Amino acid sequence: MASENRPGSLWKRLFGDSARAFGSMSVILLVSLAIAPAKNHFSEWRHYQKEYVKLIRTRSDAVTLQRHAEFGLQQIWHPELGVVDRCTTCHLGVKEATLADVSLQPFRKHPAIPHSLTQFGCVMCHRGQGTATTVHEAHHSTDAWEEPLLPAKYMDASCGQCHFSPLRGTPALNEGRSLLAREGCVHCHNLKLADGTVMIPTDDPPDLIHIAEKTSREWIFAWVKNPQAYATSATMPNFGFSDDDTRDISAFLIAQSTPAYAPSLTTKNPRPVATGANALQAGASLYGESFCASCHATQNAAGNLVGGDLGPELTRVGSKLKPEWLEEWIRDPAGYFPATKMPHYRFNDQQIGLLAGFLESKTDNDLLSNVHLEPATQKQIEHGRLLVIEYGCASCHQINGVKKPENFAPDLSRIGSKPFAQLAFPKGVQHTLPDYITAKIANPRGFGSSLKMPKFTLAPTQIDALTTSLLALTERANTLPASLRIAAEHESHYQPAGKAGQLINDLRCFSCHRISGRGGDMAPDLSWEGSSVQRPWLLEFLKNPNTLRPTLIRRMPKFNLSDAEINTLADYILTVYETPSFDRDSIPPASLTPQLAEQGKQLFYSKYNCQSCHIVDAQKDKGYIGPVLSQAGLRLTPAWIFEWLKDPQALRPGTIEPSQHIDDADAMALTAYIMTLKLRTKQGASKQ
Amino acid sequence: MKARAILLILALGMSGCARKTATPPASTGASAVGAALVSVSGDKQVARIGTALDQPVVVQVNDAQGTAVQGASVSFSGEPGVKFDPGGGLTDASGQFASQVSAPGMSGRFLVVAATNGGKVQLTIDEIALGYEETLGRQLNAQYCARCHDPESTPDRVSNMDNLDPKPHAFTEGEALNKISDADLIAIISHGGAALNKSASMPPFGYTLSKTDIQALSSYIRAVCDPPYRAPGRVYASR
Repeated sequence: MASENRPGSLWKRLFGDSARAFGSMSVILLVSLAIAPAKNHFSEWRHYQKEYVKLIRTRSDAVTLQRHAEFGLQQIWHPELGVVDRCTTCHLGVKEATLADVSLQPFRKHPAIPHSLTQFGCVMCHRGQGTATTVHEAHHSTDAWEEPLLPAKYMDASCGQCHFSPLRGTPALNEGRSLLAREGCVHCHNLKLADGTVMIPTDDPPDLIHIAEKTSREWIFAWVKNPQAYATSATMPNFGFSDDDTRDISAFLIAQSTPAYAPSLTTKNPRPVATGANALQAGASLYGESFCASCHATQNAAGNLVGGDLGPELTRVGSKLKPEWLEEWIRDPAGYFPATKMPHYRFNDQQIGLLAGFLESKTDNDLLSNVHLEPATQKQIEHGRLLVIEYGCASCHQINGVKKPENFAPDLSRIGSKPFAQLAFPKGVQHTLPDYITAKIANPRGFGSSLKMPKFTLAPTQIDALTTSLLALTERANTLPASLRIAAEHESHYQPAGKAGQLINDLRCFSCHRISGRGGDMAPDLSWEGSSVQRPWLLEFLKNPNTLRPTLIRRMPKFNLSDAEINTLADYILTVYETPSFDRDSIPPASLTPQLAEQGKQLFYSKYNCQSCHIVDAQKDKGYIGPVLSQAGLRLTPAWIFEWLKDPQALRPGTIEPSQHIDDADAMALTAYIMTLKLRTKQGASKQ
Repeated sequence: MKARAILLILALGMSGCARKTATPPASTGASAVGAALVSVSGDKQVARIGTALDQPVVVQVNDAQGTAVQGASVSFSGEPGVKFDPGGGLTDASGQFASQVSAPGMSGRFLVVAATNGGKVQLTIDEIALGYEETLGRQLNAQYCARCHDPESTPDRVSNMDNLDPKPHAFTEGEALNKISDADLIAIISHGGAALNKSASMPPFGYTLSKTDIQALSSYIRAVCDPPYRAPGRVYASR
C-alpha cells in the first residue's frame, strides 16, 4: 500500500486492466466470504470453550473432564416449558463435581439444587435470554430482548413459580408471601397465584363503624397522621395526609360511627376506674396473670418491645381508649368487633376495673398535646368522606356508608413479568424490575406525589422478601404445564360443633392453637389432644394453666372458666380430638409392672439419654428442650407415650424430637417408667 | 490489514464480556494515614447469596504505636458481585470505619479486603455466602439442631448445650468437625451418636429427615466451620 501522489492511482493499480480487475475482485470476494466463518471462529463462546480446555488440561482428571465436555453450540430444549437454553455452550463445567474448587466463571460447578440441571433448563430459574450466544445478550437486557438475569438475592422467586406452599429452602419467598397477606397488601391489590389461589389477607384491620365509642377524634387525628408515632409496631401505613385532610378524615370517622354496646354506654357517666398505686399494682399483676403479653407487646424501659404480636401494641393505650369502652371491651370483645382474635375472658367487675385502670395509666402526654381540633363542620365531614373513598380506607376497614372498593389497586398477578415499557422509573432507581418493585415498596410517593399507595414501615430484608414473592408472579408460571404446579395448602374451614364449639369460638382457641388444619401456630396443635392427656389433668390445666417446658415462656391464659364450661370443653376434647391411629385406652395400667418401670428407668437414663432433653428429677436432670416429665404420669395416657416414643413425628410432624424407631419392648418399658412419674408439688398442677 | 480486522473483531467480541470492575472511591479528604488495619467486628458472618450481612463490617486504622487514627481513608474491595455500602470513606473519632457488605451471587467463602494508606496497608476479612443447599441446612439446623449445638441463648430459645456431657460441638468448631469425614458426619446425623461410639445424647435423625435434608445439614456445617473445611484430595474418576 505504497502511497501515490496522484488520485486514482490505487484504483488504476487494482483495476487497471481486466486481469487485475479479475484478481482484485476475487480477493475482495474471498475476504467477504471469509467474514462469516471468521466471525464464527472468533465468537465468544468458542473463546470460552478454548479457555475451558486450557483449564481442564491442568487438572488430574483431565481425561474424564475432556470426555464429559461437549463442544460446539449446546442447547437444552423443552418445548412444553418454552425453554431453549444455550447457556451450557459456555458454562461447560456446571455438572462437573470435581470442579467444585473453580471460582472462575463461566466454568463453576452449579451448586446442589433439588432438581436435575437439565430437567428445566437454566432460564426457568435464572431468567436471561436462553437462545443468546453472547455474554451481553444472554445476561442483560437488550433492545430486542428485555429479560435480564435474576439477581441472586431474589433467587427464591424462581421456586415460587411452581411451589405455592412454603418450602424449607426458600425462607425469603415464604416470608414475602406471608408479608403480602399480613401487611395488608392484598386488601387493595388483587393477587392470584398461578395455581388459582387468590391470596387473602391474614391481618384483621378493625371495623371503624363504632369508632367514636372507642376513642377520641384527637387520637384518630394523631394516628392517621402518623401511626408509628403511637405504636412503633403498627401495621397501618403512613398516607402522608396534610393536617387539614387528617382533620377532615377524623371528623368523618367520628360522624359515621354508630353505637355498638348498650346504647346507654355513650351517654352514661363513665364508671370510676380503679386508681391509686395499689390498684395499679393489682392491675399490673392481673395483666401478667392473664398472660395478656402473649399477644400484646409493650415497650420496656430500654425501648424494646416485649410481648406477642397477635394483638395491637399497648405501650400508649391509655391515650387512645375511652375507659368506659375499654371496660366493655374486656368484658366482651366480640360485642364490638365480631372478627376479633381476642378471647372472651370471664373477668368479674372488679378484675375488669383493675385491668382497665392499669391500661388507662399507660399514657403518653406528648401524643395528643399538640392536637387541637375545632368542632367539625358539615363541609369538613363531607370532604373527609371523599378522602376516605379516594384513598381506599374501606379496602381494609369497615366504614358506615362507604363500600369496599373493587380492584382498588393494580392487579399484581403477573407483576414478575411486567414489561419495561410499562414501567416509569423515577430518578435514582436502576432500570431493572427488582429495583423498580423494591423502590415502589420502600417509597411509593417517590414515584409521584399524587400516588395513593401509602408508605409501610418495613425493614430492608422484608422489602427484599416482598420483592422476591412478587417476582415469582411471572407469565411463565402461568403458562407452565399444570402438572408441574405444587398447589398451595389451604387453611381448612374446620368448625367444632355444639356447645363446646361455641366455647372454643368464644375463647378464640384458634387464635393460637391449630385444630384439624385451622388456626394459629403459637401453641401446640390440639387435633389429637384427646388421645394424649388424662381427664383430671386436663380439667386442672383448663382451670389453672401451667407451662410444661422449663425454658418456654408460658402463653396460655387463664380464662376463669366455670366448672361446667371446663367439663364441656374437656368432654369434647377427650371424645372428638382423638387420633384414628390408636386407641387411647389400649394399654391397661395394670400391664405396666414395677419391674418393667425399673427396666424403663435404665433405658431412659443410659440407653436413650432422655435426660439430655427432659427433666424428671429437678435436682439432677437439666434437659431444657422437651417438656418436664416429673408429672407425665398424671398428664399423659400410656398409649400416647408408647406411640409417641415409637414415632413422635407421626403424631406431631415437625416436632423437635426425632423418630428413633424404638422397638416395642423398649417403648413399653419406657412407658411404664414415665407413667410412674406422678410428682405432686406445692406449686405444680395440683395447686389451686 | 487483516490483522487489524481480526483485532477489531476480537475487540468487538471481547467488549461484551468486559466486566465492570468496582473502582474504590478516590481517597479524597484523608487527613491522616495509618500503619495498621485491624478488624473490629463483622467477620465470619453468614448470609444467603446476594443478601446483606446482618452486621456491618467494622475495621479500625491504627498508627505505628497502636493508637486509633481519625480521618484516615479506608476503602473496601472484594471479588465480583460483593457489594459495599459505602465502599470507602474516612475513619471516625475512634479510628473506625463501617461498611454494610452484601454477599456475592455464588455460594462459599468470600473475601473482603479493606485497604488504607493508598492501598499499602491491607486487611483481609472472611465472610460466608450460603447457596440453596446450605440455606436448607440452616433452616433445619434452626429447627432441630441449634437447641443443643448453638451455645447462644435467646429469650425464645435457651441453649441446652451446657446441660450436656460431653458437650456437643458448635457447628463453627472447625478444629473438631473438620476431622470428621463427610460419610461419618452424615452417619452421625442419621444413626445418632451411640451408633458411632459417640455421645448417646445425640439422637438419630435418619427416620425424621430425608437423605437430601441430612446432606444439606452436612453442607451447612461444612460452610460455617472455622477454620474452613477443606475437602480431602481430588476424587479421581472411577474408570
